[in-house]
Amino acid sequence: MKIRILGTRGSLPSTNPETFRYGGNTACIEVSNDDQFFIIDAGTGVLKLSPELISKQNRFDILLTHLHIDHIQGLGFFKPLFDPRNEIHIWGPSSSSRTLQNRLNRYLSPPLFPVHFRSLPCQKELHEISRSSFELCGLQVETAYVSHPGPTVGYRITDGDFVFTYIPDHEPFLGNRGWNYGKKWISGMGLAYKADLIIHDSQYTLEEYPDKIGWGHSSIEQAIRYAGIAEAKKLLLFHHDPNHTDSQLDYILRSYSGFTPEGLEIEHAVEGSVYNLR
Amino acid sequence: MKAYDIELILSRQLAECLSIPVFITDTEGNLLFYNEQAEEILGKRYEETGEMPVEEWSTIFKPLDDKGNLLSPEDLPLVQTLNNCLPAHGSFWIKSLVGENHKISVTSFPIMGRGNRFLGATAIFWKIK
Ligand SMILES: [Zn+2]
Ligand SMILES: [Zn+2]
Repeated sequence: MKIRILGTRGSLPSTNPETFRYGGNTACIEVSNDDQFFIIDAGTGVLKLSPELISKQNRFDILLTHLHIDHIQGLGFFKPLFDPRNEIHIWGPSSSSRTLQNRLNRYLSPPLFPVHFRSLPCQKELHEISRSSFELCGLQVETAYVSHPGPTVGYRITDGDFVFTYIPDHEPFLGNRGWNYGKKWISGMGLAYKADLIIHDSQYTLEEYPDKIGWGHSSIEQAIRYAGIAEAKKLLLFHHDPNHTDSQLDYILRSYSGFTPEGLEIEHAVEGSVYNLR
Repeated sequence: MKAYDIELILSRQLAECLSIPVFITDTEGNLLFYNEQAEEILGKRYEETGEMPVEEWSTIFKPLDDKGNLLSPEDLPLVQTLNNCLPAHGSFWIKSLVGENHKISVTSFPIMGRGNRFLGATAIFWKIK
């Protein structure tokens, strides 16, 4: 399995040159296995998907964690939607009240977007997921709801012995309670447990977090603790705050060296970077 | 490893912040969590007991009516909620582990998660006397 990071930024894309190195596009991940691929989240990073890769297939699977705008903003600009020969499968969290189609329509319709979702020429199929398990491109995909405002799922993708976990928007412990409850009482831990690579929310610094409790995101310190409890091998800090420049992110990561759980490798997610799990 | 559903995890976090006794069970009635206020009623500490199978914790209470007759399990709100997935309410006497008699009211409701999944039940105990 190969993971390519197409967008790393949280909340809002950034065009600030000082955020160029870690990337200004919002959440989008390409997951490929041999010559097939799917994407997770459709932030503005979806535009970085290579045209060559797109030209090779007619079925496209887009797995959404949730419908906050930074995770769907690129959806309407995904070129395969406008080709009637293409089959587009959108997977997203089930809600108690409205269908996935109904919720996507809110963004993909005027006045927010010029074209109605139903008018897109491609063949569309929507899949509502909750605590689900399915196979895609020869990879096993597991999902579960996680702690974030509105229906939000995280993903655990398994390729043989290798596990990739993606929880980009996540506040596992509101107000910092509950670190000692045991793994099964921690949001998303079934997805993160013993992952070889985990991409996890780390929007705030320790100093910023107290003013953002309940907003649905983690501090960098919480993300590190979470990956440590999960016994993950490598953590990619993700959902960079649009106000954090590259040099600030460098400084923040340096300040955690020496405080990381044993056996855990930590990096900031970088737009364009690729990880091979095999 | 399987973690609990987020609806149960958040129920526990809420229960920890409340000043009324709260018990949380799975769909079978196994006790998954009780808060500090519930520890007083149960005469046990969650830190010491952890989760308790239904057979174990249901025998700790002796529920009695006003005349001192033993109530059958079907008369208890939490058992009704687990059987029919509906909220229930009732008042009765209990003798705790330490031998004290308390008159309590119990309100129980099912934890129906997203997609209408039945995940367990919450029982709130109100001490009357
Ligand atoms: Zn986000
Ligand atoms: Zn979000």
